[in-house]
Amino acid sequence: MDPRRPRWQSLRLIVLMSISVGLMIIDHRSENLSYFRSAVALAVKPLYEMSALPARLGAWVDRASRSHMDVREQYDRLRGEQIVLKSRLQKLEALEAENRRLNRLLAASRKVGEEVLLAQLVEVSLDPFTRKVLVNRGVRDGAYSGQPVIDPDGVIGQITHATLFTSSVTLLTDQSHAIPAQIRRNGLRVVVYGLGVPDRLSIPYLAQDADIRDGDILVTSGMGGRFPPGYPVARVTEIVKDPNEPFLGVTGMPVARLDYTRDVLLVWQVVPDDADPAQDEPDTGNGQAEAASDVAVQGANDGG
Amino acid sequence: MQISADTTGPRVRGWIIPISFGAALLLMAMPLPTWAVPYRPDWVGIVLIYWCIAVPHRVGAGVGWSVGIVMDVMQFTLLGQNALSKTVLGFLANQSHLRIRMYPMWQQCTAVFLLLSIDIGLVTWVHGVAGNIKVGWSAWWPAASSMLIWPWLFIILRDARRRSYIC
Repeated sequence: MDPRRPRWQSLRLIVLMSISVGLMIIDHRSENLSYFRSAVALAVKPLYEMSALPARLGAWVDRASRSHMDVREQYDRLRGEQIVLKSRLQKLEALEAENRRLNRLLAASRKVGEEVLLAQLVEVSLDPFTRKVLVNRGVRDGAYSGQPVIDPDGVIGQITHATLFTSSVTLLTDQSHAIPAQIRRNGLRVVVYGLGVPDRLSIPYLAQDADIRDGDILVTSGMGGRFPPGYPVARVTEIVKDPNEPFLGVTGMPVARLDYTRDVLLVWQVVPDDADPAQDEPDTGNGQAEAASDVAVQGANDGG
Repeated sequence: MQISADTTGPRVRGWIIPISFGAALLLMAMPLPTWAVPYRPDWVGIVLIYWCIAVPHRVGAGVGWSVGIVMDVMQFTLLGQNALSKTVLGFLANQSHLRIRMYPMWQQCTAVFLLLSIDIGLVTWVHGVAGNIKVGWSAWWPAASSMLIWPWLFIILRDARRRSYIC
């Protein structure tokens, strides 16, 4: 036995194990540890930065070596796209206003608008059994645990831990994730579960005679109050009808490009003071990052 | 905790341990292509094993716990999950350091595989207790890949240790 080794090895082991188990229990049941998490996250930030260095270098080289012609071409294409989108936006704004008027006539309570903030992926989960990503917006920017996260194509997931400067987002495909949705075609309510594998979702508990077809688009139903209604979630890709099973075996694919996107949007649900929903945004980060009132933009992107 | 013979050595002496753990965490955070992610070796685990058997009076369960906590934060897992498994890993490697030191390389590799299997087993238990996460046999791939990395890592770290006069 090495005389320099510290004594009470087993006691230390037991103490440390108890601390770990205690931490896990606290972390599993409450949010109390988010400050601790923030502090450690801040301390290891340089490591994250370093690990992202090769990718960033690649992006820089790519940008530096792109020719003037390419940029020109892309500029023209994007301009064209912008004009198209803008024209669609006009129509949508008119429709939105009309919708609001009609809603008021009906005295409907669903007058919830949404505000968004652009965020960037900093890091993808290192644990192969969880499907999570880290984004560069945190409590400081108004992000909160349970906040919906979308990309231009559809829902990506929700924030599960918001620290001061960053938040971790659990993706739709995570095994612990479920999202209430409905079929856009007929409004049938379903719950979409993640499977823990990329690009596959499960839609269980549908009766054998349920009206669901290959290619159906599922959108958020707004049930549970966490996700705003109407955002695309998944496309049905496979329906297995086995008479021996009580339910249909339905699999879907996320509409959002979970594994490819870099820019995502955090969504806040705000109740507008009738006139202009863009006015009462409480939490804005820095000016250039925030997009304006975004339901319209969102509609324009997936509408056409 | 330095011995008198060391005092003439270069200044990097004690730093090689934190530096190697930093590098291991960096390798854990490095983006990999999707197909390769399940095979990523447990860099932190093998570096921890190495230091536990090389300098058992410095590195053990306590260091394992600290590195584990950092890993938990970096991987957004349940806080304490990796801390628990790395504590146990550090303790076991520390306890059996005399035996593992004596082994020929292939037996060392087997020992590393076993130690990491215990580590992974603890993590999967925690997964099972905490939620509905099902983990298949693929969870054990990192133990196998780490076992293959071990001989090289052992040589590199041994050189680094000798050069920085840690004993």
